Amino acid sequence: MSIPDELRYTAEHEWVAISGSVASVGITDYAQQALGDVVYVSVPAPGTRVTAGEACGEVESTKSVSDIFSPVDGEVSEVNADLDDDPALVNSDPYGAGWLMKIQLDDPDNEAGLLTADEYADLTKDAE
Amino acid sequence: MSSSDPAPPRATPLRAVHEGLGATMTPFAGWLMPLRYAGEISEHQAVRNAAGLFDLSHMGEIAVTGPQAAAALDYALVGRLSALAPGRARYTMICAPDGGVLDDLIVYRLADEEYLVVANAANTATVAGALRERAAGHDAQVRDRTDEYALIAIQGPRAAAILAPLADIDLDGVKYYSGYRGTVAGQPVLLARTGYTGEDGFELFTPPEGAEALWRALAAAGAGDGLVPAGLAARDTLRLEAGMPLYGNELTAEVTPFDAGLGRVVVFDKPDDFVGRAALAERAQAAPRRMLAGLIAGSRRVPRHGYSVTWDGVSCGTVTSGAPSPTLAVPIAMAYLDPETARAARDDSGGRLAVDVRGKPEPARITDLPFYRRPR
Repeated sequence: MSIPDELRYTAEHEWVAISGSVASVGITDYAQQALGDVVYVSVPAPGTRVTAGEACGEVESTKSVSDIFSPVDGEVSEVNADLDDDPALVNSDPYGAGWLMKIQLDDPDNEAGLLTADEYADLTKDAE
Repeated sequence: MSSSDPAPPRATPLRAVHEGLGATMTPFAGWLMPLRYAGEISEHQAVRNAAGLFDLSHMGEIAVTGPQAAAALDYALVGRLSALAPGRARYTMICAPDGGVLDDLIVYRLADEEYLVVANAANTATVAGALRERAAGHDAQVRDRTDEYALIAIQGPRAAAILAPLADIDLDGVKYYSGYRGTVAGQPVLLARTGYTGEDGFELFTPPEGAEALWRALAAAGAGDGLVPAGLAARDTLRLEAGMPLYGNELTAEVTPFDAGLGRVVVFDKPDDFVGRAALAERAQAAPRRMLAGLIAGSRRVPRHGYSVTWDGVSCGTVTSGAPSPTLAVPIAMAYLDPETARAARDDSGGRLAVDVRGKPEPARITDLPFYRRPR
């Protein structure tokens, strides 16, 4: 199970990479393993405002559908168009080519509520 | 409220195999079963293109034996099991007196006075109980022998080629829906040409002690042919593509075999009475109350069990099963629809038929079942 050190995480099994005032968001290796083969991803269109902790999209796999929760407050600036044709990228490369969306942060300095890699590892260890 | 914990799910005789393969396990009908190994889409495609190996040890095996075993089954089930020659098998159902389906079954006639009834895991106890009750008054014994069998299935176009060198039975002589005792890789088996995938394939019933050795022998024999382990997730998408019903979804105590389009399993031309005969005879004459239809989704969101089907925005039925179809590359579903709408919608391609997917109507069209037929 991969949990890269340099990323931040949420209890809803998303990862966040903050670069300047933009947060890239995806789901974790733990999440993609639990979901199984991803067949469809729905994220908000660029320009949509999102609020930390609120459901803003869906990841659909063979057997189930899971909500995507925004990890931060901001505005969606970009979505991963590659997932339209190849949603399986979420499984094969959840931290790279399987990224879901980028969010322009309201408050770039605020990482409150986001977990470190160690904290996320503890969470997933307990869940197993 | 009682605070007792439910019993943990039972492991199958192949538990060590699944652990070694890193399978994702899931509780199912009281058993701990492999849900997926490498991934359900790749497993599904392997079964369609090469072969897959399944642990189905959760299924129930109920022996019905004795001089009147055939008559007992003719009474207990809707089919005419007395007409089966030894070595043959039949897909059939056990119904309640009101015609509601209690389970769908495969029944193997192993000898004149020996039948094996294979039931769904979730219904094994119910079916064994009903068979015992219904066999009373017949010179026949009913015994739940589930614990005495592991069940391994090998399914796919390469299944016969992989299995043949290991079997002491000539597979060319084994017709579809037949089963014979024999030996595979040194293990005693009931070898049956049956399955739940829509491909050619075999189901091997064997004592638990030898199950792991049998699995490993098959896996080794098939390694060069693309044989892979396949879990319950792939099993579900395979049977859905093949248009096969799942008890609990398409078949329940609230529907009759006729509702599911499976009236052919009810054989009225049996000399004696059988449980459900009167109710089913009525149903056979009456106008259908509902029709089981195949749906092909017009978008990539998946119609799922329980979702409402609408016609011009008005509810006309309910989805019973739905999943992305790896073979058709589009989501597919089965749904019970009211018959008039099903007839009208069959000719429609204009988006009047839709499935309510979590609040949003997604277009769908009706198609004949099965969605997939294997090339012959």
